[in-house]
This record gives sequence, structure tokens and C-alpha cells, in this order.
Amino acid sequence: MTPPPALDPALLTPLQREAQEPAMTRPSLSYWADAWRQLRANRQAMASLMLILMLVVFSTLGPVIWNVDPSSQDLDQVGIAPGADRSVTLWQPYRPWSGPSDSLQYSADTLHQLTLATSANTQAVRLAWVQQQDASAYRVYRNLYPVSEVGSLGLPLATLKTDSFEDRLDLSPTRYYYSIVGLNSEGQEVGTPSTIAVEVRRVITVENARARGLLGQDEAAEIGDRINLALHPLGTDYLGRDMLARLMHGGRVSLFIGLFAPLGFMLLGIVYGSVAGFIGGNVDQLLMRFADFVVALPFLLFMILLKVLFGIGPGESGIWPMLLAMVILLWPAPARLVRGQILQLREQGYVDASRLLGTPTAYLIGRHMLPNTLGVILVTLTFQVPGAIFTEAFLSFIGMGVAPPTPSWGAMCNEGIKSMLTRPHEILFPALLISATVLAFNLLGDGLRDALDARMRGSDSA
Amino acid sequence: MWKYTFKRIVLGLVTIWFIATATFFAMHSVPGDPLSSDKATSERIRANLEAKYGLDQPLLSQYFIYLGNLAKGDLGISFTQENRSVNDIIREHFPISATLGILALAFAALGGILWGALTALYRNRWPDTVIMLLVILGISAPSFVVAAFSQYGIVNLNMWAGTNILPVGGWGSVGHMLIPAAVLGLSTMAYLTRLMRSSMLEVVNTDYVRTATAKGLPPALIFTRHQLRNAMLPVITVLGPAIAGITTGGFVVEIVFAIPGLGRFFVEAVQQLDYTVIMGTTVFYGAFLVGMVILVDIVYGVIDPRVRVDQ
Repeated sequence: MTPPPALDPALLTPLQREAQEPAMTRPSLSYWADAWRQLRANRQAMASLMLILMLVVFSTLGPVIWNVDPSSQDLDQVGIAPGADRSVTLWQPYRPWSGPSDSLQYSADTLHQLTLATSANTQAVRLAWVQQQDASAYRVYRNLYPVSEVGSLGLPLATLKTDSFEDRLDLSPTRYYYSIVGLNSEGQEVGTPSTIAVEVRRVITVENARARGLLGQDEAAEIGDRINLALHPLGTDYLGRDMLARLMHGGRVSLFIGLFAPLGFMLLGIVYGSVAGFIGGNVDQLLMRFADFVVALPFLLFMILLKVLFGIGPGESGIWPMLLAMVILLWPAPARLVRGQILQLREQGYVDASRLLGTPTAYLIGRHMLPNTLGVILVTLTFQVPGAIFTEAFLSFIGMGVAPPTPSWGAMCNEGIKSMLTRPHEILFPALLISATVLAFNLLGDGLRDALDARMRGSDSA
Repeated sequence: MWKYTFKRIVLGLVTIWFIATATFFAMHSVPGDPLSSDKATSERIRANLEAKYGLDQPLLSQYFIYLGNLAKGDLGISFTQENRSVNDIIREHFPISATLGILALAFAALGGILWGALTALYRNRWPDTVIMLLVILGISAPSFVVAAFSQYGIVNLNMWAGTNILPVGGWGSVGHMLIPAAVLGLSTMAYLTRLMRSSMLEVVNTDYVRTATAKGLPPALIFTRHQLRNAMLPVITVLGPAIAGITTGGFVVEIVFAIPGLGRFFVEAVQQLDYTVIMGTTVFYGAFLVGMVILVDIVYGVIDPRVRVDQ
């Protein structure tokens, strides 16, 4: 047995207390700070929030920067697509035409020797042809597409006996296919038609260009110079109105309704629901029955009634009746929600404690109950916004919302749908903006719910 | 059960009465009437017309005449379309709307339950991500835009095929119904998919599913018998409001696809201030919706006995 090793006396000296350990706690987070932290970590929700802010800026500050009247018409550029050619040639004013000059050379390659008498522009297209033996009259056709088979000559413009024709009917700067056919004495078409393709040039008179500010008053200009028409970054609609300006102004209507209608009916619903939930008993039953009745009321009918009651005639926009109708008819859903929450909270210990201390009812609701339901209310509010935007769009779409020429995204869709096949940009832009707004609010609502609703934390239910 | 059903029906009747009353007084507070037209009518003609339609009576007795007729199921005669009763209009056009609505609802319910169950099954894997992305897009696009673009799609399909595979608009054959019904049901389907998914995920964590798993039941059986059936309960509850959504959304689809349904008729009547047609169709729609909600409540009471006790 070996003796135990000698102990180092240093091991037996008590440890000195070291410097204050770093605290293992973080500053406590309030409910809202925590929710904000959660929301910030949610990339989808933050992107949506940015998108919403951008849309708000687009429709509030946009019209200040892009200062174009949304209802003024640019008749030289009707229904043009974004990025279309906007050059125009200066031209002398229109002068009446009495027929082709004798020196006109007819082209030999077509049957009737149909030819252009002068250069074609948007003022007039002047056609001339050689008289034919078997024809006593001629019919002139115009088509936007190449003439391939008989019967597709296009729009009959005129039937006449002379050997020339001047077309001034709604000319656009594009390529037209003109045809003439001889008619016999019975008025029947004889022989084969002859067709020429005509490239129409866009022209404007110098006076007109100066009057519209396209050309400075003192700026020298000669006939034949090319200048640019007004810029329309997103094209124009079927009446030649600037799409960008209309989208910006339309966004004001759509976003205003989308944000303020839910705010209005949520407030009404919160007051109604918290009163019903707090009083309880028979009063609660009665109030909730009434809410059930209101739910059953037809929305469209009341929309129209309010519009008429407000005395809104044609040419005025019905934003306020739309807002009011939504507030009057849509409050029961939030009322029911808040009532349910209040009924739950009533039974909580801290409410009893507060009541025992003699807290007045209004203070009890305002201080203890509503703040605890605020999360749910905020989430519901976010989810109501898309509904309100849809309702506005739907009402404007069926012509019950804002009246023309006030633009709203829904009304613009309604106008664009008619020319969807030829000018898709007219419906595409407002439809995209509605969808983007609704998508953003839906995603933000999802994010808010995850952040605010403690029960949902950690679960990924939709 | 009977007491519960009886209570629901009585409450439903009171709701219909409320709708009828509100509609009546609202309509009569609107300035202007169907007799004030562009054509100048003499006092005597006007008095005669008013007597014919009962408009010369005091408002309250008009109201009781209206209620009396309503109780008999008589909704009156159209003001703008002569000799056509509102009952006729509804009888002729409502079946079309109803067919469209039932198809849309079937599409929405089947699709919603299927996709919802699928996303819950493949939770956080790619089918879940893809379907939920489509769902959020489906919720975000307004119905008239979807309707317009699907019509554009039909045109392109027909041009590509060279023949008319599907008609672009109108009503008559099954081909006329398919696309409008799908468009009409789309947003409801998207909503039901979300609901079904969350409901499925909730059910996964319940005791009875754990018990079934512990007993060693095959997963397919647990999925269909224990999870799916229980998860479908909330979906059935929202079917009532979903019917309401589909009937109001029906207006747009009927207008875009040129379907001669009641919704389109209602919008037209509203634009022409055709009192009786507006009141008749409103009360009819209201009664229909109330009936549907009651039906859903009763069905729910049959499926889930707890509801009956609570009420």
C-alpha cells in the first residue's frame, strides 16, 4: 500500500469569484416586437409588403410625376401597343381632290391598272384606275389583310362611275389592301378584282403640331420633316387615352376602396361584435340574429340603391356608394369573429381580476379585450382587402361601379376585354395589377397570421 | 334532431321575410319609377297605369299586397317585358344558372378535397409547393379575367385544331358548360384546397390517428377512413357560403360566356329599373341561399352529432 500522494495546497484554496458573468437573458420582447421580428424573417411577406408600398406610391405619386390627363384622347394614336412607332410626318393641310392629273402613269401589272394617284397618308388615300370596256361602274374595297380568295376583299367603301376614288375613312398608319371590281349595268360584279397594297404614312399638319405642343411655336419646320407624337409608355386604350396615366389614376380608386372599405366595416364589426360578446345573453342572441339577416341581403341590389339614393348620374363616379354599401353589408363577418374572441376572453382570470378592481366596462374592453384580439383582427383585415378590390373590380366590370371616364382597374378590364384579341395590352396591364395587389395582400396576410397568431407558430397549416 | 331542423327552418323563413321587407322598402325609396319614361304620358294614362300595377295605393297596403302574393309564390309581372311574369323568367333562366352552379360546385368540392389531401400528404415536398403556388394564383386572379383568358384559350384551341372542339360562348350542349363551370368554381376550389390542407394537417396529430397507427392499420386505410373523413367536416361547413359565392360570381361568367342564366337577367333588370324583376329575383336568390345554408346545417348535424347538442 502506497501512501496517498501529497496534495498540492494550491488545489485546496477556494476559487476567487471571477468578474460578473455575462447575463444569459435577452431584453424581453413585447408581443408586437416579436411579431415584427417574425414577419421580417418571412421573405414572402416582406416582398409583398414592398410590392404593396410600391403600388401605393405608383398610384399616389405616379400621377404627379407622369402628369398626363387620364381622360384626354390622343386620336392619332388610338389603341397602340406599348413601344409602337410614334413618328409622324409634317404635311400640308388637306385640300380637296378633283381626280388624277393627266400625267399619271398607270402600273401595267394589274388588270385594271389600279394605282395610287398621290402618296398615301392618313389624310387621304387617292386611287385611280383605267376605265374598262365591260364595266359601267366600279366598287372599291379595303382590307387589312392580303386578299387571297374571292369574297375576302374586305370593307366595301364605295360604288362609283368615275375612274378615281379618295378614301378618308378612319385611316390608320398601317398597310391596307385596296381592290376594285367592275360592275355591269345590272350592278353585278364582273371580271376579276385588282388589288394593290398601300402603305399609309402618318401625317400631321404644321398648325396642328404647334397647337398640340409637339412642335415649338418658333421652331422652324418644313413639310416632310419627321417629328414624334406624344409618348405613351404603356400604349393607349381604344379611345386613345394614355394607359399609364389611367393605370395610376385607376389604382387610386381600386386601392382606396380596397383599403378603406375593409377598414370601415371592420371598425363597425368590432364595435358591434364586442358589444354583443360583452353583454351576452339575450341581447347577444338578438344582435347576432340581426347580423345573420344582414348577411343574407343581396349585395348588388344595395349597391345600386345607394348609387341612386346618392343621386349619382352618368358621368359621375360612384366611389362613395360603393364604399358605403360594402360597410353596410359586410360588417357581420368581423362582428362574429370579434364576438367569439370576446366571449373567450371574458372568462379569463385577468378580466375577472380587473372587474373586481372596479374597472369601467368601456376601459375593460378597450384596455384588456381588444388589444388581445388585435392580432386576429389585423390578419382578417389583410385578408379582406383582396375581397374588397375584387368587389370593386366586379362592380366596375358590370358597369355598376365607377362611371366613365374615371378609370379603375376593374373598369379598364371591362373595356379591354372587348378588344382582347387585337389589343391584348388593354386588358393585360390592369388585370396584372389587380392580380399582383391581391396576391401581395394574400401573402402578407399569411405572413401576418404566422407572426401574430401564437397558436399557429411552428405549424405550417395554410 | 327534429327540433333542431324545425328551429333552422323557422329562422330561415324569418330571414326570407326580412330580405323581402328590406328589398321592398329599399326599392320604393329609390327616386324614379318604371312609369317615368322618355315618352310623355298624360296624367290620365299615368293614373290608369298606376292603378293597373297597384302603384296608386298607400305604401303600406302595397307592402301587404306584396307579402300576400309572395306567400302564394306569385312574384308579379315584369314592368319592362310586357306579359311576362317574374315566375316565368325565373322558371326559364334559373335552371341554366343552377346547372352551371352545381357543376362548378362539384368541380370545386372534388378538386378542393383532392388537392388539399394531396398537399397534406406530400407536405413540404414539391407537389405541395406546386399546388399551393397554383392555389394562391387562383385566389389572386379576378374571375372575369380568368373567364376572358380561358375564352381566348378556347379560340386558340379551336384554331389550332381547325374545328370547333369547344364552343366559345352560348348554352346548350355539355361542351358549353365545361369551361364556364371550371372558371366559376376555380376560386372556390382554391379556397377549399387551403382549408382542406390545414384541416388534414390538424387531423394528422389527433389521438385517434395515433391509435390507428399504433394498432398497425395500413396507412392507406388510415388516410382514407380516419383522416380524410374527419378532415372533410370543415369543408362541408363552408359549402353553404361557397354556394353564395358561386351564385354571385355566376353573373360575371354568364356575361362573359353569353349564357342566358338568371344572373345576367338580374343585371339587365337592374340597369332598366325593372322593379318587380329585381325584387322577385332578389327574394328568390335570398330564399335559395337560405335554403342551401339550412340544408348544409342539417347535413352537418347528421354527420357531426356535437353540433345538434351545441345548438
